[in-house]
Amino acid sequence: MSVDKDTVNKIARLSRVAISDAEADKMVGELNGILAWVEQLGEVDVTGIEPMTAVIPNKLRLREDVVTDGDVRDKVLANAPAKEGSFFGVPKVIE
Amino acid sequence: MTDFSRLGVAAIRDGVAKGEFKAVEVAEALNARVSAAKALNAFIVETPEKAIEAAQAVDADRAAGKPLGKIAGVPIGMKDLFCTEGVQTTAASHILEGFVPTYESTVSANLWKAGAGMLGKLNLDQFAMGSSNETSYFGNVISPWRRNDGSTAALAPGGSSGGSSSAIAARLCPAATGTDTGGSIRQPAAFVGISGIKPTYGRCSRWGVVAFASSLDQAGPMARDVRDCAIMLEAMAGFDPKDSTSLDLPVPAWEAGLNSDLKGKRIGIPKEYRLDGIDEDIAKMWDNGIAWLKDAGAEIVDISLPHTKYALPAYYIIAPAEASSNLARYDGVRFGLRDLPDGAGLQDMYAATRAAGFGEEVRRRIMIGTYVLSAGFYDAYYTQAQKVRALIARDFENAWASCDLILAPTAPSAAFGLGEKNADPLSMYLNDVFAVPASLAGLPAMSVPGGLSKEGLPLGLQIIGKALDEQAVLNAGLAIEQRSGFTAEAGEWW
Amino acid sequence: MSEYRIQGNTGEWEVVIGLEVHAQITSESKLFSGSSTGFGAEPNSHVSLVDAAMPGMLPVPNRECLRQAVRTGMAINAQINRWSRFDRKNYFYADLPQGYQISQLYHPIVGEGEIEVTLNEKDPDSPTKKIGIERIHVEQDAGKLMHDQHPTMSFVDLNRSGVALMEIVSRPDISSPQEAGAYLKKLRSILRYVGSCDGNMEQGSMRADVNVSVRKPGGELGTRTETKNVNSIRFMMQAIEYEAQRQVDLIESGGAVVQETRLFDPNKQETRSMRSKEDAHDYRYFPDPDLLPVELDDAFLEECRASLPELPDAKRARYEAMGLTAYNAAVLTAEAETAFWFEDLLAEGVDAKQGSNWLMSELFGALNKMGKTLDESPINPKQAAELLGLVADGTISGSIAKQVFEIMLETAAQGSIMAASAIVEEKGLKQTNDTGAIEAEIAKIMAANEDKVTEYRSGKDKLFGFFVGQTMKAMQGKANPQIINDLLKKVLG
Repeated sequence: MSVDKDTVNKIARLSRVAISDAEADKMVGELNGILAWVEQLGEVDVTGIEPMTAVIPNKLRLREDVVTDGDVRDKVLANAPAKEGSFFGVPKVIE
Repeated sequence: MTDFSRLGVAAIRDGVAKGEFKAVEVAEALNARVSAAKALNAFIVETPEKAIEAAQAVDADRAAGKPLGKIAGVPIGMKDLFCTEGVQTTAASHILEGFVPTYESTVSANLWKAGAGMLGKLNLDQFAMGSSNETSYFGNVISPWRRNDGSTAALAPGGSSGGSSSAIAARLCPAATGTDTGGSIRQPAAFVGISGIKPTYGRCSRWGVVAFASSLDQAGPMARDVRDCAIMLEAMAGFDPKDSTSLDLPVPAWEAGLNSDLKGKRIGIPKEYRLDGIDEDIAKMWDNGIAWLKDAGAEIVDISLPHTKYALPAYYIIAPAEASSNLARYDGVRFGLRDLPDGAGLQDMYAATRAAGFGEEVRRRIMIGTYVLSAGFYDAYYTQAQKVRALIARDFENAWASCDLILAPTAPSAAFGLGEKNADPLSMYLNDVFAVPASLAGLPAMSVPGGLSKEGLPLGLQIIGKALDEQAVLNAGLAIEQRSGFTAEAGEWW
Repeated sequence: MSEYRIQGNTGEWEVVIGLEVHAQITSESKLFSGSSTGFGAEPNSHVSLVDAAMPGMLPVPNRECLRQAVRTGMAINAQINRWSRFDRKNYFYADLPQGYQISQLYHPIVGEGEIEVTLNEKDPDSPTKKIGIERIHVEQDAGKLMHDQHPTMSFVDLNRSGVALMEIVSRPDISSPQEAGAYLKKLRSILRYVGSCDGNMEQGSMRADVNVSVRKPGGELGTRTETKNVNSIRFMMQAIEYEAQRQVDLIESGGAVVQETRLFDPNKQETRSMRSKEDAHDYRYFPDPDLLPVELDDAFLEECRASLPELPDAKRARYEAMGLTAYNAAVLTAEAETAFWFEDLLAEGVDAKQGSNWLMSELFGALNKMGKTLDESPINPKQAAELLGLVADGTISGSIAKQVFEIMLETAAQGSIMAASAIVEEKGLKQTNDTGAIEAEIAKIMAANEDKVTEYRSGKDKLFGFFVGQTMKAMQGKANPQIINDLLKKVLG
């Protein structure tokens, strides 16, 4: 599988990273280089192997249903680039 | 007068406890060294007042006869991937410039509770993505080391914990925190001739650590010797209910358990690590390491880790995939940079903010990660990589049938010059070839100095242990440390 | 179940409908953080650093949310997956702080099940149909955007961000708006019985994404559209009608249905394309590396099962076995509130038949007049039971009970309900068993209505009721009706 410039632009859009034409051109080569290299994984026989789910055997712990957090609006909003009263502000979204 | 820069963690802790000197004296001395070493660019933010404040508290406690913490009075450096309340935390990225957390990471909180003080926030590769500390928005970190040919070429301190390695090697701090996703503690430790251990995945809480690749990220200490690493790790580790992958186990007394007698231990030497065209200095150091461990009473066995060559490609699918998702939260809405071009809508704002905020390597990895997870490619890349990862973990499991520890080089070469490997991202990635397998398997692994290259640069030996067996790893590290006679230091040129 | 067909120019079309219902799981705290789920709080106050996706924050799952999803699965006889996992669904939107929603794609906690629905759940003879459930998975809700507070900005409130939802995905087994309505009603009823969701569509605790396609009867499946976030049963039915008709018109005029996300506009009663969200979706699902697989043990599953209440279908069958009419049993069990109210009444020792008749005629009638729901009833089961107890033990007659009930409602409306026994006492409404007094009144009535006595004796049996009524009236309703009956039969012969 090799990527072309359209694919690079599509991936950039999906990643929400603006990309210039020149950057896209450069990225085509880089991505193809890296992808060609990782594709050697295809040689590995993985018959009957389950994908890894937990690196170290461990069991998911479940929390009790108790309110222990929240009510920290000032902390939540402290770093907001555009704080509007008690809200985060974003460019108007038309749905 | 004591040169406090020459004291390690244990020496400072013991000296403070015994009243040989005051914690404040140590903090003042190291604050001065930090501020005089700007040429290394090891720190993004210096926090001398924090170091002093913590030291004063320790001195006051001691004066009041109160019990002191495990590392009371020891000023340390904090990798700028750990969120620190009230102190800017950036992950060395423009996108987090000016971000001041309202919370403290569990690991850093554990250290402060144990009596450590913070000298500052250490530079790193942006979002911990890099092996040379050249991806930081705040500039390259320079290694204190120089080649022995008289050249003044700036060398890489390794990465991503390059600020940590440089600062410790330059004796700006006795120890620092690091994080290791695919070698980010061990490789920089090797490059500057210090020690560093990545514990078993789940030993140190990830809560409050800026995430790179969640299934791989693991914090650990870096210091100038094995004992100091053990002391630091004891203070950093521990169960944290806020991290679902945290291991609910007591923290062993690693320092007390240190023992360099390796009688009865079997050391595996993986044949697959002996790559074609392996660097001559590296090969020699490895042989020395084998001899030292034998001398310490260990039995040497040849082992095979057949899927080793696939570890790095698997890593470069899994880590970018996780990163592409973990870094989606940097969107200019709740914190960090916002780039809002005139008339831009929400999605344009995201794209502009992230293009302006993320460095080139971060963008590259986000793109790779997005691609390998995208529709139609997920199974071929991601699922396949996770299956290969399972095979790599199984290789280690099989190896433990015939050995207790594995000895290998930490990196395939000594430190390279800044800029030397920038042209091709792949050649940079290959620097983690020996470090990544243990990361993928979540195993404890340590780098200790193993000698010098022909250019007079440090080389590191890596010890990989069974899950949860940090003690055996530290003990083997100590055995090497006692035999390698590694005393080389970087000249103080800065 | 219903033959719903759209008449097009080219013949008949049938509609294929599948529903994805998002139901907010009843819990105190959020799915992955300890913040409150309380409704109507100040903006961004029920938000933790985890919900706001601050750097380094990590999710820790809430046991109760998983428990409720499992109980719901058990209630629809679904397969419960002991091993499930959370996946990340990646997309960028201002109401999604992490840049991904933690959901379950590959391994949901609940697998296949089914729900039996009837078009009219109150009609025991209404035909039934089984609607397949493909899966139930647990996921995070998003925050909320407000668009009308500022000329150039939308405002983000994360209070709902991270609240637990169950997504209940049906098979495309639904073939008419009415069936869809019946399915949603039944599902809501089950959720309320189980207690896993309050089913409150107005507050957004339950909303449906509606997948609609059309095809020639028995033909190949058509391209479907998904109408998002429909928040009432009526709107959903309207949306299906509109959307099916739109698709038929489109195809018949030579166009093609585009697979897309649409929005229902309740004012215009039409669906429209959500162009803003059409941006090539590729959610890049993968297992959330911050979480381990969910493994449910026997003890957990046993507790879930043991804590399940009796469900509507089983309850209805039991009520019928207790002697209730099929109609009464159906009405009493259709909604959880009614069933729970009735159960409380039975728990107070009320006879099932007496209780069901009273509930359905007297209480429902009164509530209807007041425009109130059972939840808002001024009289509680305990108070009702006391009233019905007075009838059962012969203290008052049924007709007096109606008067007493009215007084209870009046006093309740005035602020303090008076107990039935106190009313009977105060107004002297106790039923009399004094046969002498009743006989005296009967004698008077017979004397005053000789003509009717003659008619009765010549075979006009219906007049018996007239004599009962007259006697009861003369006794001011306080005579024991059984005694009146017996005495009248004796004297009338």
